[in-house]
Amino acid sequence: MITITPKRKFDVPIQAACINVDIFTGKTLEDIKKLAITEGKENLTLNDAFNITEDKTVETPNITLIGDFSKVKRIGQGMKTGEIIINGNAGMHTGEKLAGGKIVVNGNSDGWTGSEMKKGLIEIHGDAGDYTASPFRGTDTGGMKGGIIIVDGNVGSNVGCYLRGGTIKIKGSAGRFLGHHMSDGTIYIEKNCASRAGTFMTGGKIIINGTIELVMPTFTIDSIKPKVKVDATLNAPGPFYVFLGDIAEHGTGKIFALKTTNPALSTYEKYL
Amino acid sequence: MTEILIKNGFVVDPLNKIDCQKMDIAIKNGRIVEKVNEREAKIIDASGLTVMAGGVDLHSHIAGSEVNLGRMLRPDDHVKDAVRKTALTRAGTGYSIPSTYVTGYRYSKMGYTTVMNPSMAAMKAKHAHEELNDIPLIDKASFTLLGDWWFALENIAKGDLVECARHIAWMIRATRSYAIKIVNPGGLESWGFGRNVHSIDDKVPNFDLTPRDIITGLAKVNTMLNMPHTIHLHTNNLGVPGNYKTAIETMQALESVYTGDKPIGHITHIQFCSFAGDNWAHFKSGAAEIANYLNAHNHMTIDIGQVTFADTTTMTADGPFEFSLYELGGHNKWVNSDVETESSGGIIPFHFKKKNAVNAIQWSIGLELSLMVKDPWKVAMTTDHPNGGPFYHYPRVFAWLYSRKAREATLKKCNKKAQRKSLLPTLDREYTLYELAIITRAGTAKMLGLKNKGHIGIGAEADVAIYNINPNTTDIAQDYKPVRKAFSNAIYTIKDGEIVVKDKELVTIRPGRTMWLDVQTKEPCRIDDELKRKFKEYWTIEFDNYPVTDHYIKVPEKITIQASV
Repeated sequence: MITITPKRKFDVPIQAACINVDIFTGKTLEDIKKLAITEGKENLTLNDAFNITEDKTVETPNITLIGDFSKVKRIGQGMKTGEIIINGNAGMHTGEKLAGGKIVVNGNSDGWTGSEMKKGLIEIHGDAGDYTASPFRGTDTGGMKGGIIIVDGNVGSNVGCYLRGGTIKIKGSAGRFLGHHMSDGTIYIEKNCASRAGTFMTGGKIIINGTIELVMPTFTIDSIKPKVKVDATLNAPGPFYVFLGDIAEHGTGKIFALKTTNPALSTYEKYL
Repeated sequence: MTEILIKNGFVVDPLNKIDCQKMDIAIKNGRIVEKVNEREAKIIDASGLTVMAGGVDLHSHIAGSEVNLGRMLRPDDHVKDAVRKTALTRAGTGYSIPSTYVTGYRYSKMGYTTVMNPSMAAMKAKHAHEELNDIPLIDKASFTLLGDWWFALENIAKGDLVECARHIAWMIRATRSYAIKIVNPGGLESWGFGRNVHSIDDKVPNFDLTPRDIITGLAKVNTMLNMPHTIHLHTNNLGVPGNYKTAIETMQALESVYTGDKPIGHITHIQFCSFAGDNWAHFKSGAAEIANYLNAHNHMTIDIGQVTFADTTTMTADGPFEFSLYELGGHNKWVNSDVETESSGGIIPFHFKKKNAVNAIQWSIGLELSLMVKDPWKVAMTTDHPNGGPFYHYPRVFAWLYSRKAREATLKKCNKKAQRKSLLPTLDREYTLYELAIITRAGTAKMLGLKNKGHIGIGAEADVAIYNINPNTTDIAQDYKPVRKAFSNAIYTIKDGEIVVKDKELVTIRPGRTMWLDVQTKEPCRIDDELKRKFKEYWTIEFDNYPVTDHYIKVPEKITIQASV
């Protein structure tokens, strides 16, 4: 196990895509210390900004980060195997393009966490920022394809944009434009959801256990279902209002909104 | 200025009929000269290398409002290809729509020294020139969109070609441009009313005209003005199956204007208008028909608009075409616009895929045309950057042209249906280095009427590219990969007698010139109250603020032309 702690407080963002189990594997501690990072416009080595120690007795997790990493971007980018634990806050793009393995954040993570991810697991025990699991701006084919993201806290806006597969479970609330442009996959929210969920969606599921601020007018009521499957391990008990949309995109995506927490939606019942 | 002597290179210079001859090229004061003082000159040992004139690209969208709009539309395109700054060069982004500096750097590294920006809406000319100023290392010029220019249409409808010519001369000067570009004549005017024209004999709304009248009228005007380039024509019905008939009709319409000395029309990115078949399901190549026509007639030249299978961005002033492309589906974001009274525009990100039957057939059409048109002087190599693929994919296209093996290797990976429909297996022709030099520099310079470019004879501008190709020891058709690599990065590029690329790296950054025509008519164009009134009523820019003034161009090169009217 490699343990990394910051040497100082960072003012400008650090790009540290090299904090990655695939890259560390097979390297000695000295080699790891020499890996290149940038702090703002300065080119540094990992050792310039962080204290790095190795504990050969412990196998997993492979990398432990202790301290405030909220200015450190791209931790575990493109990682295929192994496990990273961050005891503190994580910066933007944590676990971007993750292709396997596991990343645990015992704190909050910033925007674009799990962006364009393909496989693996990201657990965030705090809040996650905007654009969690969303691709780079303007990319239409880069949405999250698979894997699981679990957030214990709340998430920001534009979470799960262009989602094409995989599951996002949020135990808190979600901001606006949840599942914007999504075509497949599942988003499950235990608490409330701000307006404009599912705009442009053409497939997939958004399940809301709390209140939904607004169902877009381009969604139409389909039915009331007693329960809905989130994934292999979880069935959410209902009853749920099921909305189909986004009709403006000829979409067949589904928004499930819990009946008991959304009395305002009862007006839709007359269209059933 | 330093003197340079390039020694012992294999010189390929089709305009001077030199084919891989071992000779020396001497450069002094930015020009090719007979000889220089060997003791004082800087010597470049080019033994075992191929020496050509700097490349001349006659159709590449490198600047202007639509290019910039494409950049804004595609952050995903930039993130794929971020270019870091070095001690010499500036940072930028690349892929399908490179930023201005990167455009200059990449062209220069490929050995290109002159690039034409083929589509500039008159109203956006100032923007285009500001962007061209920022493209270093290469000489450039723009073609103004005049195929749907109201005053030209009015004069053609009246039958007053002389006044039309004077007006066009004024426009060319006002926009600091180099040639007349015609895009979907009549179609763009119709698009302002949500319509399009579907043949060259359809009526243009609000004008008593057909596209045929516009094309032949402007071709006559072009001859009257003694323009160095022909009309630069993007045909009607572009990108519609069965449109090869429109392309042939367009060429036939121009036969009447031909006087027999030099070509009078240029059809650009002809690959996109050589489609046969009734619909997309029965889509096939119309290359054979087009090539047969071109082989039998001498009044037209073409450039290819080759597809290179890239995730690119299509952009054209042909708004109705981009709308039909959007309707084909599968697009996330797009732009379509009407440039006031003048033109239109559309941008759609597009990924040309080998496994897509239509895309693969399009790829095949481009190559079929290049190979089936017998006279290389009629053909120019382009990808219609960025529509068919980015310009720095040119070496791939070269490889497909000079090596049957390279074509077959790509064809094998293509869609099965496309493979069956392709004519490529029947074509044995392989371009030689000599022919390749024609379609990339000599022929294009000739088409553009650039007398001092495209060759390295005495008196020519000292634009030279030196590639790591030894024609004596390499069989380019068999060994296509190293040659392709050599073309993608010149060992030396010399621009105006200054070495800008040395050992494949940029060593000097210097501004390139912007060429523009000052067409002197015997009588000036009538700028009457009626014209000013229209500007006041229909344009958002005042007439007095409309023309591009001198200070917009950093390094201008004015070319004065005496018109015959």
